[in-house]
Amino acid sequence: MNKLKDTALSYRTELGFWMYLMTDCILFGCLFATYAVLRGSTAGGPSEAELFDMPMVLAQTLALLTSTLTAGLMLVAMHRKRSVEFKVWLGVTIAFGAAFFAMELNEFALLIAEGQSWQSSAARSGFFALVGTHGLHILVGLLWATVLAVVVHRRGFTQKNIRQAKLFALFWHFLDVIWIFIFTFVYLVGASNGI
Amino acid sequence: MEYKSSAYQIYMKYLVGFTLSVLITFGSYFLVVNKLADGYMLLIMLFILAFSQLFVQLLFFLHLGEEKKPRLRVQAFTFMFIILVIIVGGSIWVMHHLNYNMMNFTSEQKEHYMMTQRDKGF
Repeated sequence: MNKLKDTALSYRTELGFWMYLMTDCILFGCLFATYAVLRGSTAGGPSEAELFDMPMVLAQTLALLTSTLTAGLMLVAMHRKRSVEFKVWLGVTIAFGAAFFAMELNEFALLIAEGQSWQSSAARSGFFALVGTHGLHILVGLLWATVLAVVVHRRGFTQKNIRQAKLFALFWHFLDVIWIFIFTFVYLVGASNGI
Repeated sequence: MEYKSSAYQIYMKYLVGFTLSVLITFGSYFLVVNKLADGYMLLIMLFILAFSQLFVQLLFFLHLGEEKKPRLRVQAFTFMFIILVIIVGGSIWVMHHLNYNMMNFTSEQKEHYMMTQRDKGF
């Protein structure tokens, strides 16, 4: 009886979380549209091709991609009820996610140091709003993963923890999907000097 | 998430999805960095690569379409996708066709345009 209730609860929670992710997609869609419209309006500032450090962006992308893989491996370990393996993969996920976040903060700091903050032009406002919102999601995901690691360490695989881990993996994969589009349509199109 | 497959199959799925994603990422990266294409050709190729990676990740990481009927997740995703096409495609389309055509102007051209408009008295 209890197990049946857990399955039903798990199904409902995951479906609800999926709905949240879909609405978040629309939020990002609006930011993408704003960015696409404003990207040329640099108010006399340098173009994106001059600003972006492409090898760094590739490193960021690979870091996030690896962390999304390890988030998946973490789920597999959880299905096999392997607590140590779970914690190791979760730790690796946090490490790669944190590396991604650090590189992003570094990029932002460099842009601001060059006088290209969100205040300098409409194009930069659009850029910081879009990439910054994604970064904020990553930060929330990192906090979530840390809490998850502590809770699983203390209480083991309870039904609630298993649900949380699945939702976290879903969230993390979703952020990687959003990043593909930022990588392609912000960085790659920007570096090729636009349309 | 009710998996139909065993842990080993899920494991393999993640590895295959990851490999494909890395390949597509490198493909689009070197397309731009080594200037293998330009203009609309490049844009179309990047578009195709980005969307193929979207589908790889949806199938291999987010396990879309693996649930039992009624497939509420697939339905929600499809609806969201239609809304996105309208919002993003529509915004870009409309803004691109405005008289005050901001998107294709460099800052000098825009300044020139603004000046001529001002001289005309708007």
